[in-house]
Amino acid sequence: MAKVNIKIEGIPFEVEAGLTILEAAKQCGFEIPSLCAFNHGECSQGSCRVCLVEATGARGLVASCVYPVAEGMEITISSPKATAARRTSVELLLSNHNKNCQQCEKNGNCELLHVAKITGARDDMYLGEQTPVTFDQLTPTIVRDTSKCVLCGRCVARCANAHGKDMGILGFEKRGFNTIVAPVENRSFIHSPCIMCGQCINVCPTGALMEKSEIARVDEAFKAGKYVIVQTAPAVRAALGEEFGMKIGTPVTGKMVAALKRLGFKKVFDTNFAADLTIMEEGTELLNRIQNGGKLPMITSCSPGWVNYAEYNYGDLLDHLSSCKSPHEMFGAILKTYYAEKIGVDPKDMFVVSIMPCSCKKYEKERPQLTTNGLADVDAVLTTRELGRLIRRAGINFQKLPDEDFDTDIVHDYSGAGVIFGVTGGVMEAALRTVYYKLTGKEYDKIAFTEVRGLEGVREATIDINGTSVSVAVANGMKSAKVLLDDIRAGKSKYLFIEIMGCPGGCINGGGQPYVRPAFLPNEEDDILDTYIQKRAAALYSEDERQVIRQSHNNPQIKALYDEFLGEPNSHKAHELLHTTYAAREKYDN
Amino acid sequence: MIKNFEDLKQMSAQCVSCLNAKFTGEDGKRHVVLCGGTGCLSSRSDEITAEFNKLIAEKNLGDKVTVNQVGCFGFCSQGPFVKIYPEDTLYRLVQLEDVAEIVEKDLIGGEVIDRLLYVDPNTQQKVTKQEDINFYKKQVRVALHGCGSINPENIKESIGAGAFQGLARALQMDRQAVINEVLESGLRGRGGGGFPTGRKWQFAYAQPEGQKYVVCNGDEGDPGAFMDRSILEGNPLAVIEGMMIAGYAIGAQDGYFYVRAEYPIAVNRLKMAVAQAEELGLLGDNIMGTGFSFRVHIRLGAGAFVCGEETALLNSIEGQRGMPRNRPPFPAVKGLWGCPSIINNVETLACVPYILREGKDAFAAHGTERSKGTKVFALGGKINNVGLVEIPMGTTLRELIYDIGGGIPGGKQFKAIQTGGPSGGCLTAEDLDTPIDFDNLVAKGSMMGSGGAIVMDEDNCMVDVAKFYMEFICDESCGKCTPCRIGTKRMLEILTRITDGKGTLKDLDELEELAQNIKSNSLCGLGQTAPNPVLSTLAHFKDEYIAHVVDKKCPAHICKNLMQYVINENKCIGCGACARACPVSAISKTDKLAANGKLFIHAIDQSKCIKCGMCLASCKKIQAIEKK
Repeated sequence: MAKVNIKIEGIPFEVEAGLTILEAAKQCGFEIPSLCAFNHGECSQGSCRVCLVEATGARGLVASCVYPVAEGMEITISSPKATAARRTSVELLLSNHNKNCQQCEKNGNCELLHVAKITGARDDMYLGEQTPVTFDQLTPTIVRDTSKCVLCGRCVARCANAHGKDMGILGFEKRGFNTIVAPVENRSFIHSPCIMCGQCINVCPTGALMEKSEIARVDEAFKAGKYVIVQTAPAVRAALGEEFGMKIGTPVTGKMVAALKRLGFKKVFDTNFAADLTIMEEGTELLNRIQNGGKLPMITSCSPGWVNYAEYNYGDLLDHLSSCKSPHEMFGAILKTYYAEKIGVDPKDMFVVSIMPCSCKKYEKERPQLTTNGLADVDAVLTTRELGRLIRRAGINFQKLPDEDFDTDIVHDYSGAGVIFGVTGGVMEAALRTVYYKLTGKEYDKIAFTEVRGLEGVREATIDINGTSVSVAVANGMKSAKVLLDDIRAGKSKYLFIEIMGCPGGCINGGGQPYVRPAFLPNEEDDILDTYIQKRAAALYSEDERQVIRQSHNNPQIKALYDEFLGEPNSHKAHELLHTTYAAREKYDN
Repeated sequence: MIKNFEDLKQMSAQCVSCLNAKFTGEDGKRHVVLCGGTGCLSSRSDEITAEFNKLIAEKNLGDKVTVNQVGCFGFCSQGPFVKIYPEDTLYRLVQLEDVAEIVEKDLIGGEVIDRLLYVDPNTQQKVTKQEDINFYKKQVRVALHGCGSINPENIKESIGAGAFQGLARALQMDRQAVINEVLESGLRGRGGGGFPTGRKWQFAYAQPEGQKYVVCNGDEGDPGAFMDRSILEGNPLAVIEGMMIAGYAIGAQDGYFYVRAEYPIAVNRLKMAVAQAEELGLLGDNIMGTGFSFRVHIRLGAGAFVCGEETALLNSIEGQRGMPRNRPPFPAVKGLWGCPSIINNVETLACVPYILREGKDAFAAHGTERSKGTKVFALGGKINNVGLVEIPMGTTLRELIYDIGGGIPGGKQFKAIQTGGPSGGCLTAEDLDTPIDFDNLVAKGSMMGSGGAIVMDEDNCMVDVAKFYMEFICDESCGKCTPCRIGTKRMLEILTRITDGKGTLKDLDELEELAQNIKSNSLCGLGQTAPNPVLSTLAHFKDEYIAHVVDKKCPAHICKNLMQYVINENKCIGCGACARACPVSAISKTDKLAANGKLFIHAIDQSKCIKCGMCLASCKKIQAIEKK
C-alpha cells in the first residue's frame, strides 16, 4: 500500500494513502469526535459535520470522516476555528433534539451526548422550532422516534448493506428542516416490508431507533402471580457480559443464569434444549423431503427476520421453508403442554419469557400461527440489552455473580449442536451432525462441519455422506440470501439444504444484542467493529466444544420427550405443536 | 444524411443562403417572426401566431408571407414581439386584436404601424428597428446566438446560423488541441463558481479511456434567472453541439441533459433538435465519418434547487435522492454512475461552438483580463427594462442598470442590485462603476452565479430581502448536512424575529456568527453560499438592521410589524373609499371635518389594522394614506 506523509497538529506521520483523515488520525493517536461516520465508511454521509478539521489544500473546513489524506497535507484538529465549528455542529443538532435524556433508554450509550461532552456543546445555544415528529410504535419490534434522530444515515446504510441496496427500506424523506429518516412515504414499519431485524437499532447513535421494551409486560406477569419461566437463546450468553463492561467474546452462561434466578424467574431454561428439538424435527423433515420427493432445497426457518423477508418477497418459494417453528417457540409450546402437565401448572397461569439476541422475535411471538390451544407459545421477548437493563435495575452486580447452572428439570439438557445455533452456519452444522448420523448410522468422526463456518455472506459446501454428496449453502443478511433465492426461483439451485439468517453474522449480531460502539469501549482494540462478531462466535464454538454431548439426537431429554410425549419426529403431535405455516404478504398493505 | 465534412459544407452553404434570403427578402417573401419564448407564450403569442396564420390564409397571402416562432427576444417587459423581415420592423406589446391591423396595413399595405413601435422613454422617439433600441445597443450575442432570429424547431435554420461548424472544426483537431482552444479562450463556467471550463475538461480527459459522460446542467433554479431556459428554447442545437465538442474532447460518447420539468417548451425543442440531428446523422454513430459517436439523453428534474448542485444532479440522474456528494472524488474522476464526468451549465456549453467556430481569440476579444467573453443576465426587479441581456464581461453596473436597463422606474433611488441569486449578495451605489466580472463580484461580496440580477430601490427593505433568500434556502436545503439543515432554519428564525420587531442586538451577533459558521462548515455549495445574502446585507446595510432592532422601525416600511398605515388629515377628503376597501373595518370617520368642510376625516384603528394595504390602493388619487 502506498504511503503518504502528513502532519497532524504539526507532528509528521507516514500513513497509508487512501485513508480518511479520521482513520489516519486514529492510527496516529488522535481521536476526532464524529457522529455520522460508522464502521470504515459503512456510513459515509459526511453530513453531521461533527468531525470538521482544517486541512491544507481544501477550501474551508473538511469532514475528516470522508476527506482522504494526501501527500504533504497538514491537518489541524485543535485550532479555535475547528473546535468552534465542531461545537456549533453539535449545538445545532442539540437545538433540534428532544432532550429528555433521563427517560431515554439510550442514555449511557448515546453518541450525541458523547460528542456534546467532547466538543463542549451548550444545549441552549440555539433555540427554535423543532422538526415535526413521527413517533412510530406500531410494530411489536422497533420504535422510531424522529425527535431523537440526527439524520446520520447509519441506519439507512446498514439496512441497505445487510439486505441489499434495493431492499433497504429506510431512506431520507421530506426535505430541509423537515427531513426525517423513514420507510417510504414516512410509513410505519408495520406498513412497509421491514423485516424487523433490528440492525438499524444496532447502529443508531441516539434513541431514534429502539426496540420496543417489554420489561413492563414481564413486570406485570410477576405482579399477577404468573408462573414465569425464562429461556435464553444461545447468542445471549456470548454478549450479555458486554452490558456490564466485560470484554467482547466473554461467555457468561453461568452468571447469566445466576442473574435470572435472582430476578425471580420460577425456572431458568436454555433455548438450546429446543434447538436440539428443532434439529430432530428439521433433520427428519429434510430426510423426508429427500426420500419422498419433497420440495428442495429446504430452507431453515428459525430466523423470523428471514421468514418476514420470504413472506414479503418470495411468496412463491414459501414451500421451501421448513415448517418447523423456531426453537424458542417450540420450547414455549412444549412448556405449555408437556411440561405444564408434568409439573401440574395450568398453562394459562404460565408466562414464558424468551431472552433473545433478536428484536424480531418480539414480532414473531405475536404471529397467530404460533399458538397452542389458543395460548401464545411465548408471552414476552426481551433482548439481551433489555436483560442488561433488568439486571441493573435489580441492583445486581453482574461481574461478581457466581456461575450457576440452568434449572435441572426434564427440559434442561442441551447439546453443543444447540449452542452453535447462535452463529451463522450453526443450524446447518447442527443439522448435518444429525443428518449424517441418520443416513450412516454412525457419528461424524470429526464432529464439526467446519466447511459451513465463517462470516461470508454466502457460503456453500458439499458434504460427503456415505458416498452421497450433499450440497448445502448458508446465507446471512438478505442481500446474500437473495442470490440463493433467485437461483431457486430460476430453477438453478443445486442445493438440498440452505440455512438463512436475517442478520449478518447470525444471531450473535442480532438486533437485540449490546451496542458495539468503540467510543464506549476503551478497553477493546481499535478494530473491534471488525472483530466483535468473530469474538462472539468464538464464545459459542468454545461452549460447543466444552459440551460432552455434541449432537442433538444424543440429548437424552430429547429422546425422553419423544418417547413419552411426541412419539417420533414429525409425528402428528409434533406437527401440531412444533410446526407452523407461512403466508405471502403484500409489501405495502395500504 | 450528412456523411462527411463535405456533406456538411454543402448543406451549410444551402442553409446559409436560405436563412439570409429570409432576412434580406431575396426569396421575394415577407417573413413574420414572433417570440416563442415562455414569457411571450404566456402573453398569448401562440394565439397571435395562430391568428396570423388564419388571416394570412384568409387573405391568400400563403405564398408571399411566412410565419414562424423564434426564441426569446430578451426584452421581456415589451413582449410579445412581432418582427417583419426584410424591413426588420419590430412591433412590441402586440395583442391578439392587433394582428388584423398588422396584416392589413403592413403585410398588405406596406405601411408601418406607428402605435406598435417601441418608444424610447428618454427621447419619446419611436424606434422601428431592434438594433436601434438602447436595450440592445450594448449587447453582444454569443451564448444567445440565434435566439430571437432563427426558428429553433428547424435544424436547417440553425445550420444556416453556423450550427455544427464548431464541431466540424473540433473533429479535425487533436482532442488535446480542442481542450487547449477552450482553455485559452478563457471560458469559465457560467453556472455559478466560474471554474475554468477547459481545466474541468482536462481533468476528465486525463482519466483512463472508457465510459465517460458529459452532463449539461439545465436545472436553472435561481429566482428570476431564465437564461438557460431561453437558450434551450431559442437555439437548442448550440447546446447540443457544445456538448458534443466536450464529449469529443474528453472521450465521452454519452451526454445527459438535466433540465427542469418546469421548462416543457425547452424540453420539447431540445427533443426535436436531437431527433432532427439524429436524422441527419449528426448525432449517433460515426459522426461525419470521423469515428466519433455521440448520443444525447434527456432527464427531467423535479424542481429541487439543490439538484443544480452538480453532485446532487448526478444523484438525481441516477434515480437517487437529490443530495450532494462529498468531494473528493470530484465528478471528473468519479461522476455519473462512478464514471469520469464533466458537468457544464447550459450557457457555458452554448459558448463552446462559438469558440470553436470563430476561434478562441474572437471569444477572448470580449471581457476582462480574467473573465473572457460575455455573460447573460436576467435583469429584473425595480428596473424599467426587464429582460434577458447578454453583455461583454467588464461592462459596468451603471451601464447595465441605466443604459441597458433604462434606470429605475418612478424616478426612485437605486439602492442595490442582487446578483448570484440566493448564493450571491448585494452591490450598492458605490459599486456602480465596477466592471462586472467573476472576480470583481466575489471581491465585492457577491458572485456571478447563473446571472440573476435583481435591482432594488429605496422601497426595498434589505432585512426583508435577506429573509426572502433565507426562506428560499430553508425550503430548498436538501436536509443532508447539519449546518444547512438546522443552521439556515435558525438564521431564518432570527431574521423573522428582527422583521417582527422582536430582535435584539445579540441576535445580530448570533446571526453573523451562524452565517460564518454555515459558510465554512456546510457540505455543498448551496450551504456554503446560503448565508451570503445575509452577510452581504449586514455588511452594506447594517443601519437598516439596527433600525429594526433598536428603533423598531423598518425604514422602507415593508416589515408589517414595524410600520403603520396612517391617514394624512390634511389630505383626507372624507370620501370613505378607504373605509369601504378595508376588509376588517379598521377605518371609520372621525368627528373632524375635512378641509372641504363637507365630509368627515377618516382614521385607522391600528389595533384592528392587518396592514393589507387595501386602503392605500383605494386612495390612489388623493394619496392621503401614507406608510409610516
